[in-house]
Amino acid sequence: MSTYRPLDYMMLDDQFSEDERMVRDAVRQWVTERYLPLAMEHFEAGTFPMEFVPEIAELGMFGPTTPTEYGGAGLNNVAYGLICQELERGDSGLRSFVSVQGSLVMYPIYAYGSEEQRRKWLPLLASGKAIGCFGLTEPDFGSNPGGMLTTAKKVGNEWVINGRKMWITNGTVSDVAVVWARTEQGVRGFLVEKDRPGFSAPEQKHKFSLRASVTSELVLEDVKVPDANRLPKGEGLKAPLGCLTQARYGIAWGGVGAALACFDEALNYAKQRIVFDKPLAGFQIPQKKFADMATQITLAQLLALRLGRLKDEGKFTPAQVSLAKRNNVAIALDVARTCRDLLGANGISLEYQVGRHMCNLESVITYEGTHDIHTLAIGQEVTGLAAFR
Amino acid sequence: MNIVACVKRVPVTEATPKIAADGKSVDASGVEYMLSFYDDLAIEEAIRTKEKLGGEVTVLTLGPSEASKELRDALAKGADKAVILKDANFGARDARATAKALAKKLQELNARVVFMGRVATDRDNAAVGAYVATLLGWSCVTDVVKLELAADTGKACRETEDGVETVEFSLPAVITCDKGLNEPRYSNLKGIMAAKKKSVDEVAFEDVANQQAVAKLEPPPARKEGRVVGQGAAAVPALIDALRNEAKVL
Repeated sequence: MSTYRPLDYMMLDDQFSEDERMVRDAVRQWVTERYLPLAMEHFEAGTFPMEFVPEIAELGMFGPTTPTEYGGAGLNNVAYGLICQELERGDSGLRSFVSVQGSLVMYPIYAYGSEEQRRKWLPLLASGKAIGCFGLTEPDFGSNPGGMLTTAKKVGNEWVINGRKMWITNGTVSDVAVVWARTEQGVRGFLVEKDRPGFSAPEQKHKFSLRASVTSELVLEDVKVPDANRLPKGEGLKAPLGCLTQARYGIAWGGVGAALACFDEALNYAKQRIVFDKPLAGFQIPQKKFADMATQITLAQLLALRLGRLKDEGKFTPAQVSLAKRNNVAIALDVARTCRDLLGANGISLEYQVGRHMCNLESVITYEGTHDIHTLAIGQEVTGLAAFR
Repeated sequence: MNIVACVKRVPVTEATPKIAADGKSVDASGVEYMLSFYDDLAIEEAIRTKEKLGGEVTVLTLGPSEASKELRDALAKGADKAVILKDANFGARDARATAKALAKKLQELNARVVFMGRVATDRDNAAVGAYVATLLGWSCVTDVVKLELAADTGKACRETEDGVETVEFSLPAVITCDKGLNEPRYSNLKGIMAAKKKSVDEVAFEDVANQQAVAKLEPPPARKEGRVVGQGAAAVPALIDALRNEAKVL
């Protein structure tokens, strides 16, 4: 593998602080040296490399924006975005693992949990001693989570939860699930430990996308949890949607990482591959592709950076996140497909990264709000009229 | 214990150096830099020594201000402070002048144990470590692959072509680190944040004139074109003959 030199057409490197660059470079080095040599193998086998969990924790990548008193690294959001970018340069499954743990499990416990829940779970999750998952989507309710059928009924000082969740990243390997359920008071979040009777998390197999990531169903049959397991500060659907805003933010950066990986690989390939006695990159059709991709990737980088700065200033909105997630994942998928094409027959081999990224991005463009749902979110922001129904 | 890792910023190993117009130096334009490979081992060993025996780790370099990037990495990994002996001319400084500047600073720092890389990957001299120890009158153990340190003494293994040599020595000492001594850690994110509070001091030093000057720099001769001796199994005798009588490697 040649040295990774990601595109930086507009010299954005200057726009990051020294510690932001150091965070990015540390994660980049780890991905290059540790993760990438095994990426193909795990994708092919359909497994997540659980042996890396202690290393990911040691580097501090689980919930890195969490304050240090709860075991986080206290990073800003731009640095967190750069972590997502570098992880997704490795594989969308790797970034998903870290996104779920940080944005969808640690974030709701920090934002909506009791002090006791924070003190108990955040250090365990930050250190990778516990793995978590997030259960909102159901078999029949994806884009419309308000239709959820999972219920929680208060019986004495306990809650009895019934229902099914689907497409849950890390479900099978989790120690704790953040489960959203309908109660008489509206939607509420519950911490469900894996050993609660009636709880199971069978793995969903036969995926052609995110193969190096565990995807599961959560089955809850009369699962009893104490009231102390309810997230006391999360009320209504806006609580889980708030988590998704966090995760989508990371995905907007992740898309840049996947696109950069594909671009770098295709560019190296096209410069070395000789066709009709000269490098493939020297012909006009490939050059148009590279020019278009370089433009799109640069725009995605600018968008991610601006979104990150807004988030750090406390000014970003869910509608802005929708725009960045929608755009950046769409360009990443487009770049991955174009790069796969540039690699010719080699592009379908897992020996190269482009096909793996291309398959992964079909999930990324679907989860955390599909491309089309984000279109409607942006449409609503611009026109003031909702077109969801 | 005052522990010091002396390190050097060098061109990245995959860089193909271009010779400057003066024919005596390397053209620095467009060159990217890194910490010399073996110096990463020195930093790691310094931090491990602190973790085991206590004390403070200083990372010391002679070089340009830009080396603060590499030193910040060392601070993120667990070093306590960093010092740059600021030298605009460091690319042309000889081993003796470098060692004199370092030795003086090491005395000021009251260093007890000093780690360096076995060799810097740019000039390939492997001279500064032994020079510094000689100037200070300290023990010098080079090419160390295994190390046990106590408050006043140490035991080290050195790998030679003929086997492993175990030596015992007293402190203070200069130890040069070879591949295999340790596996350098990654900077972790908490460490990067903690490093923001640590200082990288840039200080001047008393210039010592070079004793040695580069007179001429030449690239290695271009490799001779290869030769196909034949194809398939039938080519084996010709290949063996070429390896034995032309290349003389068999």
